[in-house]
Amino acid sequence: MSPAIRLLAALFAGTLFGLGLSVAQMIDPAKVINFLDFAGNWDPSLAFVMAGGLIVNAIITPLILKRDRPLMAEYFRLPTKTEIDKRIVIGGVIFGIGWGVAGYCPGPMITSLSFADSDILTVLAAFVAGTFISRWVLAHRAA
Amino acid sequence: MTIVNFTPLPALLGGALIGLSAAFLLYAKGRVAGISGIAGGIIYPESKDDISWRLVFVIGLVLGGFIYQAIGMGAGVEHIQAVVSKPMLVLGGLLVGIGTQIGTGCTSGHGICGLARRSPRSLVATLCFMGSSIVTVYIIRHLMGAA
Repeated sequence: MSPAIRLLAALFAGTLFGLGLSVAQMIDPAKVINFLDFAGNWDPSLAFVMAGGLIVNAIITPLILKRDRPLMAEYFRLPTKTEIDKRIVIGGVIFGIGWGVAGYCPGPMITSLSFADSDILTVLAAFVAGTFISRWVLAHRAA
Repeated sequence: MTIVNFTPLPALLGGALIGLSAAFLLYAKGRVAGISGIAGGIIYPESKDDISWRLVFVIGLVLGGFIYQAIGMGAGVEHIQAVVSKPMLVLGGLLVGIGTQIGTGCTSGHGICGLARRSPRSLVATLCFMGSSIVTVYIIRHLMGAA
């Protein structure tokens, strides 16, 4: 399969994802923070985003994984680790604090570039910096 | 607790589109649709051969936002804006970047893809970030009194 078609597949997947985030209104940080605010004005909508994504994915994923290989690649690259280590807990907690502070997780942050203002560029730049620092430290610690 | 702005149908539909996207990426490329992982491989690449599809996927994320606006769904995006100050945006963005790379995933990779594969690691990660985000919002809104 030609490289162009492979890239087109990635473009299609990304576009569908960005459209989904937009339709679900996850690109609205006010909605995200209201979803996380159980003690105040609670907006349960985002639970339905997760439910919609999970139901579709939980039905289709096992069918896909019955195949020997993906359509356009040699093999399925799934995470192989199963143990619960400190990293998964600490990383999850830190990510959640950041999500609660600003109301942006990575997908909506990037999709919001379609109507970017200085606030969106600010949170995105900070995400890029945090990602770079984190990956640099992890790579050099392991070496 | 008061329930506000509840929009279950767009939420369910948007979620289903995200699920379809993740399923398609797995079917076509054998990859997990974890946004922090896909973006992380561009920001600090592990291999040069592995960047192009990630870039194109990320461009698609933005394109999806443009298409949403072009087809004029919902009330549009004019009312959407950040709800916290610039320093809080910097803090939030930094912590999301740091945390997702340490914990190898975010809302999509762990919350949707990982849980769909019944990964115990993703379940723990999801419980951790849901718990800490809820506590964070509680502290900021109700203990520190910020709206």
